[in-house]
Amino acid sequence: MTEPERTASLDVADKASLTPLIEQALDLARSMGATAAEASVRTSRGLSVRCRQGAPETLEHVRDRGLAITVYRGQRKGSASTSDPSSAAIREAVEAACEMARHTSEDPAAGLPDPTMLAQTPPELDLHHPWSIGAEDAIGMAQRCEAAAAGVDYRVSNCEGAGVVAREGVQAYGNTAGFLDGFATSQHAISCAMLAQDADGMQRDQWFSVARDPDELESVDSVGRRAAERALARLGARRVATGTYPVLFDPSTARSLIGHLVAAVSGRAWYRRASFLLDRLGEPVFAPNMYLTEEPHRRKALGSAPFDAEGVATSSRRLVADGRLEGLVLDSYAARRLGYQTTANAGGVHNLTLAPGEHDFDELVAGMDRGLVVTQLMGQGVNGVTGDYSRGASGFWVEQGRIVHAVEEVTIAGNLATMFRHITAVGADMDSRGTIRTGSVLVDAMTVAGD
Amino acid sequence: MSDDSRDQHRQSASESLLSPAGIGDGELEKVFDRLMVPGVEASDLYFQRRRHEAWFMEDGIIREASSNGDRGVGVRAISGAQTGFAYSDELAVPALLEAASAASAIARAGSSGRHPIPGRRHGHYLYDAADPLASMGADDKVALLQEADTAARGADARVQQVSASLVGVHDTVLIADSDGRLTADYRPLVRLSVQVVAVEGDRRETGMAGGGGRLDYHYFAAAGLAREYAGEAVRRALVNLEAEAAPAGTMPVVLGPGWPGVLLHEAVGHGLEGDFHRKGTSAFAGRRGERVASSLCSVVDDGTLARRRGSLNIDDEGEATACNTLIEEGILTGIMQDRLNAGLMGEQTTGNARRESYAHLPMPRMTNTYMLPGRDEPADIIGSVDHGIYAANFGGGQVDITSGQFVFSASEAYVIEQGRITRPVKGATLIGHGPDVLNRVSMVGHDLALDEGIGTCGKQGQSVPVGVGQPTVKLDALTVGGTQQA
Repeated sequence: MTEPERTASLDVADKASLTPLIEQALDLARSMGATAAEASVRTSRGLSVRCRQGAPETLEHVRDRGLAITVYRGQRKGSASTSDPSSAAIREAVEAACEMARHTSEDPAAGLPDPTMLAQTPPELDLHHPWSIGAEDAIGMAQRCEAAAAGVDYRVSNCEGAGVVAREGVQAYGNTAGFLDGFATSQHAISCAMLAQDADGMQRDQWFSVARDPDELESVDSVGRRAAERALARLGARRVATGTYPVLFDPSTARSLIGHLVAAVSGRAWYRRASFLLDRLGEPVFAPNMYLTEEPHRRKALGSAPFDAEGVATSSRRLVADGRLEGLVLDSYAARRLGYQTTANAGGVHNLTLAPGEHDFDELVAGMDRGLVVTQLMGQGVNGVTGDYSRGASGFWVEQGRIVHAVEEVTIAGNLATMFRHITAVGADMDSRGTIRTGSVLVDAMTVAGD
Repeated sequence: MSDDSRDQHRQSASESLLSPAGIGDGELEKVFDRLMVPGVEASDLYFQRRRHEAWFMEDGIIREASSNGDRGVGVRAISGAQTGFAYSDELAVPALLEAASAASAIARAGSSGRHPIPGRRHGHYLYDAADPLASMGADDKVALLQEADTAARGADARVQQVSASLVGVHDTVLIADSDGRLTADYRPLVRLSVQVVAVEGDRRETGMAGGGGRLDYHYFAAAGLAREYAGEAVRRALVNLEAEAAPAGTMPVVLGPGWPGVLLHEAVGHGLEGDFHRKGTSAFAGRRGERVASSLCSVVDDGTLARRRGSLNIDDEGEATACNTLIEEGILTGIMQDRLNAGLMGEQTTGNARRESYAHLPMPRMTNTYMLPGRDEPADIIGSVDHGIYAANFGGGQVDITSGQFVFSASEAYVIEQGRITRPVKGATLIGHGPDVLNRVSMVGHDLALDEGIGTCGKQGQSVPVGVGQPTVKLDALTVGGTQQA
């Protein structure tokens, strides 16, 4: 490409330009008889390119907007949203929300968050680092990424795509209790998915880097090389014999285990009494010496937020200390249902971090003697009510503390409550590419089904 | 679709989407002028309006209700294997022109020549155009949920929690392409689902059931389906309360009719999507004409079934959907194509181009994928198994199209011992290798059933509604991911 393109760093509206939209929606709600209301607005734009076999494959300009409104008529609640922030569309959305609130039931737990919990002085968390990269440069980066991957080995046979994404946005929230604030964020990524082939067949794997600040992204060469190396390592994958073995989850799959914990201690699962960890607050749910903390104010981190999706101030806390469950994951509705205070988790968790152990990945492999390393999980075989766990897995087989071959087409099964109690090590190999941050996790025994 | 109704759809969609924005034929021409720069061979504009509502009942009260409106236009320019894309939620000429400039920039990377544009077939008339959200008053929608709630609570004293949701969507789409074609479709979609938690002693289990399609809400009311789904959700939860640990290892597996057809969606369906064939990333690439299944297996993808969740009058490139044979008596005969991939492979599109919305690029996707019925009695199929598993219901599945390995997770399963279903076992993931697994099909029942209409398929971050189906099927060997070792 020879001509300059639109850049990703278009002047995304700052939060000041969003606040009139929220004020308009809240005023309309009041004038239509709402006793309380809350509204949020978000806007984002960006650039996404993907290259394959040396040529650009897709060039996408991303641009999203949306306004969501919730109105209360006493204890009745109604919601609406629109992608169109024009005055007419906002009016329509507020009318629709009010209409919905005529048909919902009285719910004693419905309402805005406790005003004393709202963020008074939200911290500045350094979350907005626009990347003014043009389409031509982004395509060049993706091409270099793929080239680095293809150059690793002759068996790297094909590319699914190498991509570069630059994105920024701003979100704001306001309610009739007087809260109105917003913040800007950015998120950029480099990704690469490669295929490797030998006489036994084809394997695919990928690698990515994601960061708020483009300067903190891994180099395109490194992303490409790692994608290729991971695909190569999968060649020759085979099944293993059915049995009970230690299972080492690499950081990207260990993240999903923490995700299952979050679901099991979330407010809705508790008030519906649909969690395998029900009523276990204060009790040991993990092995001793395990600590899980939430760090919403970590600067530049992917899961950071000065306040949650209903304006409640976020703060650091412990969910698990020395293996004991110390906290739940609540928004203000669930908190009222359960008789607790909100934990500022409307919209999700903020940088949940499993405290790393001393040993790196290789040391954990060396220490497990014989067992399965899991690097990919497949399917949804997790029952949050019973904790029963059964998922497809691929990874590597370990004998005498060394990886001896790749594994595919096996399942791993157990019960999450037992698995959590039987985590015997957490790696020092912390993966921060998400709102859950963890190293590898070693579970001392699970059923592996294969041949 | 008759010519008259096609014209009517086109005209009314134009009036509702384009006219208010001042977009007429002249303006569309300007946009295509901007798009069709040297090097761009084809382009299209996908105008969409989506109305969506959701009603949610929990603990005996209507707890939440939401109404959502979304509209916009996706602008795509194709140059060889390259695609430029931009979209706008503003339906206005300046925004369209801006998006057209952005999308057409892809061509400056150089063109690889014009590819043939496959012929076009007329669309169908598979469902009513009317907005299902308006088919029923709010009080009647609430009554449907209350009926489900009451039925579930009354079904068994062990039921402790009930939640139910009712969702309606109405899409208006208008597709204009650089060949001057303008096609439109109105797409209704409704779904009712019920989830319960049952408790006995210290055991607690969940059960889910639901259904829907390209219908309006009267479908549920007329057939008493709220009650039926509630009863089915309770039954599933109670079965699971009794379930023992599932076995671990490789054994014969009998899959029940209907939703267990998710096997086909994962094991072969995704691997037969044209983009993966053009790029050579599917384990099935280059295998057309070869045996990939036992001769008992014939599998189709059929977008033309009336009122089905996965059906479409036209696909998202304006092409009529079709019933495409993928596997005929065990031989791989067809793959699913959109315009881009078909053109690059010198083939015809099969009417399988789908996109989540105007803000997403189309790609080859499944519609309703099912296996044709065989001749076996379902009872004989179960009777033929000495020791194995009967899986009656499933959650979702997933596939790695490159290695071919796939999973799908049973949510209701039983042990078969000496030809008889004996006791329920806990849900377990089944895992296999797509290009092999259908070779192990040794019996196919005559009891073809399609699912109830709740399936959603995800691919590259895009979700679209789909259907699956199959008769009772016996697989001689499949790996069952339980915890109980022999």
